[in-house]
Amino acid sequence: MSSLITMDDLSNDDILDVLDAAERLLPVAKGKTHLPLLQGKILGNLFFEPSTRTRMSFETAMKRLGGEVVNLGAVASSSVVKGETLYDTIRMVDGYADIIALRHPRQGAAQYAADAAEVPIANGGDGAGHHPTQTMLDLFTIKQAHGTLEGLRVVLAGDLRYGRTVHSLAHALVRFNCELVFASPNSLRMPAEIIADLEGHGATIIESDDLVNHIDDADVIYMTRIQKERFPDEDEYRKVAGSFTLSAANLDSAKEGMIVMHPLPRVDEITPDVDKTRHARYFEQAFNGVVTRMALLCRMLGIEVPSNIGGEA
Amino acid sequence: MSAPETAMRRVTAINNGTVIDHVPAGKALVVLKMLGLDGNMATPVSMVMNVPSQKIGGKDIIKVEDRELTQNELDRLALIAPQASVAIIRAYQVAEKRVINLGEEVVNVVHCTYANCATLGDREPLPHRMKVVSVDPLNLRCHYCARPQDIDELVANLL
Repeated sequence: MSSLITMDDLSNDDILDVLDAAERLLPVAKGKTHLPLLQGKILGNLFFEPSTRTRMSFETAMKRLGGEVVNLGAVASSSVVKGETLYDTIRMVDGYADIIALRHPRQGAAQYAADAAEVPIANGGDGAGHHPTQTMLDLFTIKQAHGTLEGLRVVLAGDLRYGRTVHSLAHALVRFNCELVFASPNSLRMPAEIIADLEGHGATIIESDDLVNHIDDADVIYMTRIQKERFPDEDEYRKVAGSFTLSAANLDSAKEGMIVMHPLPRVDEITPDVDKTRHARYFEQAFNGVVTRMALLCRMLGIEVPSNIGGEA
Repeated sequence: MSAPETAMRRVTAINNGTVIDHVPAGKALVVLKMLGLDGNMATPVSMVMNVPSQKIGGKDIIKVEDRELTQNELDRLALIAPQASVAIIRAYQVAEKRVINLGEEVVNVVHCTYANCATLGDREPLPHRMKVVSVDPLNLRCHYCARPQDIDELVANLL
């Protein structure tokens, strides 16, 4: 049984297998079919940093499949404040759970935990490092909308410098020959070493400080939040953030099947009038976190997802 | 007399100890620091810097008397002087030649230079591991956080 630390732990075939299994699990994720594949298994949820969607969707995924969850709870009331090392915390939970979902503020914590533990580790975000389960749910959302991951034109917009979500996603999309457009303010551009890395893998990349001009050709627009604290003053922030906002009016000449995604939480970068357009997918995307994590939990625990589950998605 | 021979004659032969040859020119002081030879030791140390070398252009040479370098110390040396050749001297004769070989991973020699790496805590017990991506130019990445390491900075992080 193996851990999921970065997307490099999955081959393209593995990715497609997990996405197929997730598709089959949709009726179970929606509560329409009961399928206790993970009955008797326990997930240890270790979130050393605040998380709403990732923590709750791991928990929901486990419970929908009949498994149980134990939580670290708030770090402030755990043995971590008494000075326990990450190693000791992991070794302890290793004895309580069959699999561990970990979020930690330090980069490399998931690999560290995987080296310390006997049970598989699912990386739920480690500092500025990786967040592969988020990437998997993003890929699921894209494949659900377009039927394929191959050769799509994907615009990643907003804060491309600090967002680990867009870094992992960009790497994964390049593996499926997608064309990438990086639209961001100059100060929040995709780090040069990541672009070099992507181009080294044969990627076609367009960088731009303008979002609007890239909407019409896009198959996917992936928005991210621009954080106020990245700017020296409020005026500068408003000026920049304003040009990386999507409203329904911007989408008039977008492709029919183009989807707008966002890892959430959003602030002002997608106006509420987009929610009602056929393009909005961010709430489905958040739901997809459950079904994708169900498929990943099964895979990491060595449980086969039946090819015919029944029930309507 | 060839240039390297002239260089070797700049310091006398030693009875027992270690000779480190082909240290990149100008790096001898850093090597001494890495080996913990800081001047407070009883061991005599001789050093020549910036002498011509056929092999690497210019080089430094260090002779440490009455001390034989361990493999762990050689691993440290590999970070800044991967092409250095090391001879253990006993009774004025070369008793052993040691090869510096970084291998695929450098374990418990340095700690990661990234300020937010998971290995940062003083009490975290797992080994510090650097993957060797390439030797020339030397390119190391932390096994845990995967950050590429600045070698000059890394040398300051010796364990």
